Amino acid sequence: MTDRVTLTIDGKQVTVPAGMLVVDAAKKVAVHIPIFCYHPKLGSAAMCRQCLVEVGRPIIDHATGHPELEDGFPRIQFSAKLETACTTLVSEGMVVLTQSERARKGQKEVLEFLLTSHPLDCPICDKGGECPLQNLTMAHGPGKSRFLFDEKHHAEKQVPLGELIFLDRERCIQCGRCVRFQENVAGEPVIGFYQRGRSMDIVSFSEPGFDSVFSGNTTDICPVGALTTADFRFGARPWELMAAASICSQCAVGCNTTLNTRREARSDGQIVVKRVMPRQNEQVNELWICDKGRFAGYHYTERDDRLLKPQVRRDDKFRSVSWDAAFLQAAEKLQDAEKPVFLVSGRLSNEDLFNLLQLADGLGAETLLYTNMGGGDLTGMVGLTSGSNLADLGLGDVILVVASDLQEEAPLWWLRIKQAAERGAMLIVVNPRETKLEKHADYVVRYAYGDEIKTIQDMNKATHKIHKVFAKAANAVIFYGSEGLGLEGSSGLAGACTSLLVDTGHYARPNNGLVGVWQRANDQGAWELGFRPVKDLQVIFDKSEVVYIVGADPVGDGAVRLKKRKPFMIVQELLSTDTVGHADLVLPARAFTEREGTYTSGERRVQRFYQAVPPRGESRPDYEIVAEIAARLDTALEREPGLVMDQLAEHIPAFGGISYLKVSEVVEQWPVINRSELFYGGAVYENTQGLGMQLRPAPVTSFPVSKGKGGLRPKEGLLLAVPVNKLYDQGLTVLSAPLLRERIGELKVCMNPDEADRLGFENGARLRIGLNGNNAKALLVVDPTVPSGILLVPRSMGLPIFEAGMPVLSKVRKKVTG
Amino acid sequence: MRFGEPVLELVRGMWITFKSIFERPVTVQYPEEKRPVRPRFRGRHVLHRYENGLEKCIGCSLCSAACPSDAIFVEAAENTDEARYSPGERYASTYEINMLRCIYCGFCEDACPTEAITLGDNYELTFTDRRDAIYDKDMLIEPLPAGSDELTPQKVKPGVHTRAVPEMKNPDD
Repeated sequence: MTDRVTLTIDGKQVTVPAGMLVVDAAKKVAVHIPIFCYHPKLGSAAMCRQCLVEVGRPIIDHATGHPELEDGFPRIQFSAKLETACTTLVSEGMVVLTQSERARKGQKEVLEFLLTSHPLDCPICDKGGECPLQNLTMAHGPGKSRFLFDEKHHAEKQVPLGELIFLDRERCIQCGRCVRFQENVAGEPVIGFYQRGRSMDIVSFSEPGFDSVFSGNTTDICPVGALTTADFRFGARPWELMAAASICSQCAVGCNTTLNTRREARSDGQIVVKRVMPRQNEQVNELWICDKGRFAGYHYTERDDRLLKPQVRRDDKFRSVSWDAAFLQAAEKLQDAEKPVFLVSGRLSNEDLFNLLQLADGLGAETLLYTNMGGGDLTGMVGLTSGSNLADLGLGDVILVVASDLQEEAPLWWLRIKQAAERGAMLIVVNPRETKLEKHADYVVRYAYGDEIKTIQDMNKATHKIHKVFAKAANAVIFYGSEGLGLEGSSGLAGACTSLLVDTGHYARPNNGLVGVWQRANDQGAWELGFRPVKDLQVIFDKSEVVYIVGADPVGDGAVRLKKRKPFMIVQELLSTDTVGHADLVLPARAFTEREGTYTSGERRVQRFYQAVPPRGESRPDYEIVAEIAARLDTALEREPGLVMDQLAEHIPAFGGISYLKVSEVVEQWPVINRSELFYGGAVYENTQGLGMQLRPAPVTSFPVSKGKGGLRPKEGLLLAVPVNKLYDQGLTVLSAPLLRERIGELKVCMNPDEADRLGFENGARLRIGLNGNNAKALLVVDPTVPSGILLVPRSMGLPIFEAGMPVLSKVRKKVTG
Repeated sequence: MRFGEPVLELVRGMWITFKSIFERPVTVQYPEEKRPVRPRFRGRHVLHRYENGLEKCIGCSLCSAACPSDAIFVEAAENTDEARYSPGERYASTYEINMLRCIYCGFCEDACPTEAITLGDNYELTFTDRRDAIYDKDMLIEPLPAGSDELTPQKVKPGVHTRAVPEMKNPDD
């Protein structure tokens, strides 16, 4: 049997790989077979019967084994009944008729049947305007229904499946896309069918309702308005929205998104972002985004405490000043200082960072990256290189995830790694406690907190099973995180992982390398440009004269305590953070929705985001502010992001060859998603604005020997608090999303039941935790998956925790009233 | 030409003038008096209410989509039983028509699924400012029907006004 077969669809001949479905093959020749339940990422279910087509196959002469001929052409026998194109596999010589009278009649009647119980409340339905059922009814539907109107299924409207997703049971056509998505793609089967026939409902059986970080995607693929998001509820009609391509700034994955915007009376006539939609990039996020990106992706840019004007502190009060005065003061202060310090974060785009780097070079300033995770110098050397795609990993490849709860830190990586494991890639999860990824792992290695580096170093011994697996594997990728680790520990862990990859030859080629699970969108870019973190920020703040802080909140995070003698602080920010509160000069920056730029994802892909909404107040993009300050110091820097990128590509070898033109290139992707055929891929946006471009491998001469030590080890009889990362934390970007407030909740710390017994705390107890001089109240959750002697403390939840430490616990006494 | 013919013509003309002194005048004393409009006249829009005082408009924006001159702007919000503006889940929180843009084509009437908007008989549209030409919902909505004293929003019993679009009848009946 050949691997490719040739068939004819509506008179158009097409050659496709064997094993393809007729509905997908038709897509290749631009024949659009109507579908509801089939989705290219979910596979066939044959539940809706909408894709009925006439299928004919050549009659094979049994004697010769060849098709019987008639006038030199094979004789075709059409099947007696219509077949569903979403379950029929292509075969050699097949003839498919999608527009024949019989096929059209079949499609029309199925549609008539689906509409017998549809409420037709399109005018108030959020899907109206981008609804496959609406579109297919217009294209294939009957003008009249023969069914009785009073037999329609009536149900209570708007049933919340959780705080995020609403269900309208009347509108549901029971295609099961959402149920199959949760089960097969997201791997979190928290919704399912209940009852049967016309009373079949979608129900959620999790607490809280629809407890999945991918829940928003079901609203995109729902072919009717049965599932809609609470965030966009009645926000606008789809045809009124404008679309701007963007990149999600919530984690290091760099999901491609489209920001839908509209001018609103409610927002004083401003153009505002109404919703975040995924944009197809089969190399990054396929068709999906996580709920954090969808529901928290933009709200923080619209907060009331956005900085709108440059301000200076005079007599301990902020006074608004002109930009010119602000630039001049910043330039003077930076020039007068002996060695100014630039503290930047991975929230900034590559362009901002490059201009900052140029300015710092001119001034002889120290450049620091604000992060508590190290190892970016190594991911720059042995990270993923151009041509890498997690979707290419499968049988014979190995993926190792260490010290990271990927679903909480980078949900889309979790999803893609899970899929790679399902394709046959060997997945090794190395973590001190149980994480959700373990269900899909081939090997689970458990170590005690503090032994991270040693565990990986042990694996790198030639006799170790995992070393052998790595040596044999065609491709190997390691994802390392910062669970329980601070800067030094994670740097050491990155070193150990690098040794393993280098010793087994898995670097500097596509689909091989080390990936850091960073907390910010452009941490990787900052490392590539040469920004490095410093272990003790406090020392820097104590001794420096001038600190220029861009996109970081060290005071609010508790990373530094300001003393009486503090440096002159120039703070360039979006929101009024605690650091801004102590600043001497405040420069208002634009949010990523209000400007252009590029981020470098953890997979070292440079991706471009575009301006979606007009800027707020007098804010200016970071690269421009830096260029203006530089101009007052007689340094000429580019002010156009595209030109900054050209400069960047010239100066930084890893960025060689990258330009705005290159990152905006698009090639055809499979499946072919198109907003004009919504029924095929869902409401996902097609990608016409660029797939991004991966960085070159940096030339490697020698690798630093990994010497860093791991975090603290738990000691017998003592409790050790270790930091873990949560998806929904109390960072300002997440906290600003009104819908996620319930999911974020309060600070919850986890402990083993034995440990809780020993200390005399019960589940749900309110504790006061003291750690490194900071205090916070927390709710105790007793969880048997937590190793004994360990207290899990989530980062960014109110209690500053950078590394493992010894906590002091006490019960909060309830006030007796009455 | 016979003699006297011009005089005759003059007299005949004067006679018509004289006759009209005794006829009723056709002049309408606008603005004290107003001429009734034709049944299908298209004047300023009116947003209608149901008999119980609820607004017919459900904020679906279809009028705005149909409008060839982009004169209508609608923004929707959600109804609750505590504060109900219209039947169903959705109501128009903002409804504006720019009367300078409107070409009185009546497409908005055709598009409306609840017969909430009609072009009325008011043709007195004068403004001294462009801003005044934008009519908002309070200016467009019809006053309360007689016998009803409840303005919107209303506090209603739950489970009564659940359908945004009035129950459909079989068109063959």
